[in-house]
Amino acid sequence: MSALLTRDLALAVRAGGGFGLGLAFFLIVVVLVPFGVGPEQALLGRIAPGILWLGALLACLLSLDRILALDWEDGSLDLLATAPLPMELLVSTKALAHWITSALPLVVAAPLLGVLLNLPGPGYLWLLVSLAVGTPALSVIGTFGAALTVGLKRGGLLMSLLVLPLYVPTLIFGAEVARRGAAGLEVAQPLTMLAGITFGVIALLPFASAAVLRINLR
Amino acid sequence: MTPDLGKYAVSVLSSYGVSIALIVVLVAWSVMRARRVRSALERIETRVRRNG
Amino acid sequence: MASVWEYANPVKFIRTTDRVMPWLWAGSAICLVVGLVWGFFFTPDDFRQGSTVKIIYLHVPSALMAINAWLMMLVASLIWIVRRHHVSALAARAAAPVGAVMTVIALATGAFWGQPIWGTWWVWDPRLTSFLILFLFYLGYIALWSAIEDDDSAADLTSILCLVGSVFALLSRYAVNFWNQGLHQGASLSLDKEENVADVFYFPLLVCIAGFVLLFIALVFLRTQTEIRARRTRVLLARERQG
Repeated sequence: MSALLTRDLALAVRAGGGFGLGLAFFLIVVVLVPFGVGPEQALLGRIAPGILWLGALLACLLSLDRILALDWEDGSLDLLATAPLPMELLVSTKALAHWITSALPLVVAAPLLGVLLNLPGPGYLWLLVSLAVGTPALSVIGTFGAALTVGLKRGGLLMSLLVLPLYVPTLIFGAEVARRGAAGLEVAQPLTMLAGITFGVIALLPFASAAVLRINLR
Repeated sequence: MTPDLGKYAVSVLSSYGVSIALIVVLVAWSVMRARRVRSALERIETRVRRNG
Repeated sequence: MASVWEYANPVKFIRTTDRVMPWLWAGSAICLVVGLVWGFFFTPDDFRQGSTVKIIYLHVPSALMAINAWLMMLVASLIWIVRRHHVSALAARAAAPVGAVMTVIALATGAFWGQPIWGTWWVWDPRLTSFLILFLFYLGYIALWSAIEDDDSAADLTSILCLVGSVFALLSRYAVNFWNQGLHQGASLSLDKEENVADVFYFPLLVCIAGFVLLFIALVFLRTQTEIRARRTRVLLARERQG
C-alpha cells in the first residue's frame, strides 16, 4: 500500500502531473471574485470564508478525474486490481494520494488567498481547520465519483454532476465553521458535524467505491 | 363559478398551469415513447422470426 | 445474454401490468379531476394565506411523490443488488424521470405559494432547498443510466449511486436545516401540511394525493414495460449483428 502511495505521489509531482494546476485554479477563482462582486472590502470580508471554501472545493473537483483515469488508460488499474491489495484499500490509497497532492496544497494556500479577500483576523485559523478537516471527505467522495465514471468519454462533466450534490453537507458545515470562526462565534457544532461526515465517509464510502470499481473493471 | 382569487390569482393560476402542463407532457412523452419502442420491438421480432 | 427463461419474468410483468393499467389510468384521472376541481372551486380561502392555499392540492401530493419515488427507486435498487431481478432495476430507471418531474412541480408550486408571502420568486427556505438538492440527485441518477452502455453494469452502478445518494440526501436535509436556521429568518415559512389542515381542506387533498399515487404507479408500470422492451430490442439487435 505504501508502494502504491509513493508511486502516486511521485507521479503527481512529476512534470505533466498537473500538480500545480489545482492551486493555480484556486488562485484564479479568488482573483476573479472581486471582479464579479465589486471591490468593497466589507462585502469581500463577509463572503470570504464561503468563497474560499467554494474555490477549494472546485479546485478539488477539477483534479479528481486524474485519480483513476490515467491508470485506467494505460491499463495499470487492471494490474492493480489483481494485486493482493484489497480493492477498498486501493481506493482509499488513491483518495489519500489525491488529498496529499491536490487538497493539502489548497488548504495551505487558503489563508494566503484570504488576504486577497479581506478575511477577518480570527477567520484564518478556522478556515485552515475547517478545510483540513473537510477536504479529506472531498477526496474520498471524489474518488467514489471518479470510480463511477472511469473509462467514460467525457466522464468529467458527468462526474461533476454526480459529485457536487454529494459535496453539499461538507460544504455547508465547512463554510459554516469558517464563517462563524471569522465572526468570533462558537464553532463546536458545525465542526463536530464536519468531522463526523469526514470520518463516516472515510470509513464507509471506500466499500461503495471498491464495488463500483470492480464493476467497471469487469 | 370561478372563485375570486383576489390578488393571488397569478400565483394560483400559474401553479395549476405549470403543474398540469408538466404532468401532461410527462404522460404524453411516456406514452409516445412506449408506442415507439413497442413497434420497434415488433419489427425486430418479426425479422428475427423470418430469418430463423 | 437473454435466454428465454430470463424473459419469462419480464413477460409476466408486462402481462400483469397490461391488465391493471387501464384501471390505474382511469382511477388516477378520476381522482385528479375530482380532487382538483373540488379543491379549486369548492373550498374556502385560508384566513391568513388567502386563495394561495389552493396550491396545496398540487404542492403536497407532488412533494410526497417526489420523496416516495426516490424511496421506491431505493427499494428497487436493493432488490436488484440482492436478487438480480432485471425488472426491478428497470423499474428504478423508469421511476426516476417521474420523480424528477414531481420534484419540479413541488418546487414550482412551492415557489408560487411562497411568492406572495416572501415577495420574491425564490428563497432558500430549508424545505425548498432540500427539494432542489433532491432534484440534482435525480438528474445525476438519470444521467448515469444514459452514460453506461452495458445494461447490467448500468444497473449495478446506478443502484450503488442510489444507495449512496440516499444517505447523502438525508445528510443534506439535516445540513440544510442547520444552514438556514442559523440565519434567524424566523420560523421557516410554513408550508407545513400538518399545520392547520381543517377537514374542509383535508378531503380534497386526500383525493389529490390518491390521484398522484395512482398516476405514479401507472407511469412507472408503463415506463418499465418500455424499458423491458427496449432492453429486449437491444439484445436482439446485438444477436443479429453477431450473425
